[in-house]
Amino acid sequence: MRTFFTSVWGKLVVGAVIVGVAAMLPLLAIDIPGILPGPTYTPGTLTVLAYAMLIAALALSYHLIFGVAGLLSFGHAMFFAAGAYGLGIILKLLAPSGMPAEAVFLVAIVLTLVIALVLGNLVGALALRVTGISFAMVTLAVAQAMNVMIRRNVGGLTGGEEGVRLPVDVVPDVLVGVVNTRNLYWLALAILVIVYLACVWIERSRLGHVVAAARENELRVTVLGLRPYFVRLFLFAGAAVLAAVAGIGFMLLQSSATPRISTSDFTLTLLVIVVLGGVGYRWGAIVGGIVYTLLDQRLAALASAEWIRGLPDVLRIPLSEPLFILGMLFVLVVMFAPGGIVGLSHRVTQRRGSKRDVAEPKALQDMEA
Amino acid sequence: MTAILTVRGLDARIAGQQVVEGASFEVAEHGVTALLGRNGVGKSSNIKALLGLYERSGEVTFAGERIDRLMTHRIVQRGIAYVPEDREVFGGLTVEENLRLAERGGAPNRGIVAELFPELIQRAKQQAGTLSGGQQQMVSLSRALMNDNRLLLVDEPTKGLAPLIVGTVTKALEAAAERTPMLLVEQNLQVVRALAHSVIVLSGGRVVHTGPAADFLDSDLVHRHLGVSTDEEAA
Amino acid sequence: MSTVLLLLITGIGLGALYFLVASGLSLIYGLMGVLNFAHGSFLTLAGFLGWEVGRRIGDGTWAGLLTGMLVGLVVGAVVAALTELIFIRPLYNRHIEQVLVTVGLGLASVALFEGIWGTDPIQIRLPEWLGGTTDVLGANIPNDRWLLIATAVVVLVLIVLFLQRTSYGLVIRAGVENRTMVTALGIDVRRAFTIVFAIGGAAAGLGGVLASVYYGQVGAHQGTSLLIYAFIVTVIGGLGSLTGAAIASVLVAVIQQFANFYLGGTGDLAIVLALAAVLLVRPTGLMGKVKH
Repeated sequence: MRTFFTSVWGKLVVGAVIVGVAAMLPLLAIDIPGILPGPTYTPGTLTVLAYAMLIAALALSYHLIFGVAGLLSFGHAMFFAAGAYGLGIILKLLAPSGMPAEAVFLVAIVLTLVIALVLGNLVGALALRVTGISFAMVTLAVAQAMNVMIRRNVGGLTGGEEGVRLPVDVVPDVLVGVVNTRNLYWLALAILVIVYLACVWIERSRLGHVVAAARENELRVTVLGLRPYFVRLFLFAGAAVLAAVAGIGFMLLQSSATPRISTSDFTLTLLVIVVLGGVGYRWGAIVGGIVYTLLDQRLAALASAEWIRGLPDVLRIPLSEPLFILGMLFVLVVMFAPGGIVGLSHRVTQRRGSKRDVAEPKALQDMEA
Repeated sequence: MTAILTVRGLDARIAGQQVVEGASFEVAEHGVTALLGRNGVGKSSNIKALLGLYERSGEVTFAGERIDRLMTHRIVQRGIAYVPEDREVFGGLTVEENLRLAERGGAPNRGIVAELFPELIQRAKQQAGTLSGGQQQMVSLSRALMNDNRLLLVDEPTKGLAPLIVGTVTKALEAAAERTPMLLVEQNLQVVRALAHSVIVLSGGRVVHTGPAADFLDSDLVHRHLGVSTDEEAA
Repeated sequence: MSTVLLLLITGIGLGALYFLVASGLSLIYGLMGVLNFAHGSFLTLAGFLGWEVGRRIGDGTWAGLLTGMLVGLVVGAVVAALTELIFIRPLYNRHIEQVLVTVGLGLASVALFEGIWGTDPIQIRLPEWLGGTTDVLGANIPNDRWLLIATAVVVLVLIVLFLQRTSYGLVIRAGVENRTMVTALGIDVRRAFTIVFAIGGAAAGLGGVLASVYYGQVGAHQGTSLLIYAFIVTVIGGLGSLTGAAIASVLVAVIQQFANFYLGGTGDLAIVLALAAVLLVRPTGLMGKVKH
C-alpha cells in the first residue's frame, strides 16, 4: 500500500510542512492552556519549546547508540555537557585574545566540536572493547568520573557547583537577550533539523546498516569480514558530536551550564525519553523529547497549584514530584506499551489496512549480554 | 500405535530468527523415536521449542494435554525429562548436588544411579566441572532417569564420547526405554539402529520422512537426507 | 605507617559498605541477568525508615541504632521482594525491559523520597562510642568502621551459609551457572528470583542504615551515589560472583582512599581507571564466570 505520504516526496513535503509550522510559531499567538505556559510568541513559551527541541535533538543522538546500535550507554550526557561546557569555557579563554567577537565565536564552536569528537573516540574506543552490561558500566563509570571532576572544578575551568556562564560579550548580539528569544528558538529548530538529517543519513548509510546488522547478529557481520568495533566506534563518536551540537544550543539558550547536565541521571532521562517515544523510531526520540520536556514543565507548574497544596500528604507529595510521575509513567510504558508513543500510534493506524508486523522494535529483544 | 506426544505446526524463534518452522510429528507411547537430520537442521531446536526453552507457537499435546503455553518447569513437572546436548551439568556443583537438584517430587530412584553408573557414587563429592565428558554425561542421564518420567527427551547423548562410554550410555538408554518412551536425537546411526523403533527425519526445518527405523536405515533415504551412505555407517 | 594503616582500615570499612550493596546486585545479576537500578532505592528507603524508627526508640542510643538496623533489614527485604513480584516478574525473560523498569523505579523513588524527607540530607545522632576512635598501632581508627566491617562479615557468612546449606541456596548457585537448565529440571526458578531480591534487599537495607552511620546523615540521594560504586565493584569482581564482590569491594574502597589521600582527591578517577584496566585484561571481571 504505497500512498503519497509514504513516498519519498510525500515524506519531504510532510517534513517541510512540520518544520515550516514550527518555524512560524514565534510569529503566531497560539495558546494551548495546560500544555504551553503562554501564547507561542512569548519568550517564556519559546524558551520552553526551544529547550524541548534541543532535548529532542539530544535524544535523537542517543537513539543512534541505543536504538540503532543496540548499545546501552549511561554516559551520553557527558557529550552534551562537553558541548555546553566546552563552548562556555573556550569562549571565556578566547575572549581576551583580541580576535574579533565573530571569529572567537566560530573558533569556539569548531573547537568544541573537535573536543567532542576526540572525547567520543576516546570513550568509545575504551567502552566498545566490551559489550552488553559491561559496556554500560564502563560508560557509567567514565561519565561519573567526568561529573565528579566537573563538580570539583578540576583545573579551575568548570566552576564547580556554580557551573559556567556564557560570556555574552563574544556571542553575536542576535543570540543574546530576551528580545532575541525567537532567534534562539529558530536556532534550536535548526539544530533539531540538522541532527535529524544527520541521523537519517547515518542510518541509511552502509555504516548504519552494518551497525544495525551487528546488533542483530554480531557473528554474521564478522563473517562478512567487517569489524563491528570500528563501525560502532564511528557511530558512537558521531552521536557524541551530535550531542555536543545540542549542548552548544543549550548553552546559548540557557546562558549557563551546571554539573546537572553531566550526571548519569541526565542520561537516564534520555533513556526514559527514547523508550517513552518508542525505541528504534527516529520520530520516537523527537516526540519523546518534546512530550517529556513539556510534561516535566507542566508537572512542575502543577506542583505549585492551589488545589494540590490542599490535598492530604499521601496525594500531595507524589503529585508535586514531576520526576516521580514521569518515572512511574515510564515504568507503565515499559510494562504495558513496548514501542512507546510512536509504537502505539502505529498499532492504531495499522489495525486496518496492511497487516504489517508491529512487533516491538528489535533493539529490545536481544541485548542480554 | 498411539502417541504420547503430538506436535502440530510448531514454530520457534530465537532472537527474532526462525529456528523451527511448522514442524509436525508424533512420538510413540512405547519405545524410542529417533529425530534425525543433518547438522543445523533444527533437531535440538525442536526439542528446546517443545520444552518452552525457545519462544514458540503451535500445538504440542502431551498425554492428551496441551503444553504449548506452559512454562518449562511446568512441562517438566508433567513427567518429561530432558537430557540436553552438551550435557549441561552444573560444573560448580558437586555430583551429589547435581543429582539432588534434579530430584522431582515422588520418590526419586537413587538406586538406579548406583546400578547404571556406580562410579558416580564414589565421586559424589567431586565438582561436576572436573569430571570427564563421559562422567558428565552419566550425571546428566542420572538426573533424568532417577525420576518417574512419562517421556524422555535425549539430545545427542553419545556426542564426543569414547567408544567404550558410548556402549555404557547406549545400554543405560536401552534399559530406560523399556519403561519410558523416548525422543532421541542422535548422529551415531549404530546407536539409532540399536535403540530406535521409528524415525522422524528433518530437512530444511521441516519433517520430510517418518516411518519404522529399520526400513529407513536400510534404504537410500539415509544418503539423501543425512548425507551418509549405509556403508559409511558401519565405519 | 600509621597513615597507611588508617587509610587501609577506613578503606576496608568503606569497602564493607560497598559490599552490602554489591552482594545483592551481583547475585541478582548472576541469577536473573538484571542489573538492578532500583537497588539504591532499597538502601535509601531502609536508611530513612531505620532512622525514623530508631530515633523514636532512642535517638543516639545503641537500642535505637540496633532497632534501626533491624528495621532497615526488614524494609529492604520486603520492598525488594515486592519489587520483584510486581515489576520484574511480569517481564519474565525480557532482560532489557526489566532493567528499564528498575531505572524508572529508581528515578521515581528518589523523587518521592525528596518529596517526603526533603532534598537536603538530615544530620543524625549516633551512640557516642561510634563518634570516637580506637588506637591501632598509632593509627586512630574511627569506631564506626568496626561496626561496618563486623556487619559486612556477618552478612557475608550468612549469605554463604544460605547458599551452601539450603535447598534454595542450591537452586540459586545452579541458576547463576545455568538458569535455563534449572528450569529444564522442573524447578520454578522464579521463586529463587524473589529470594535473591529479598536477600539482596536485606543486605542493601542494612547498608542503608550503616551508610547513615558512616556519613552521619540520611539523604534521598545516598543510595544512588553508593549504587554507582557498587556497580563498579560488581563489574570488577565479576558479575554473579559473591566472592568477587567481596574482594572487589575492599579493593575499590582501598584504592579510592589511597588515591584520595596521596594523589590529590583523585579517588574516583583511580577507580574508573581500575575498572578500565580490569575490563581490558579480563572482560568478565576478577572472578567472573561464563556468561549464559
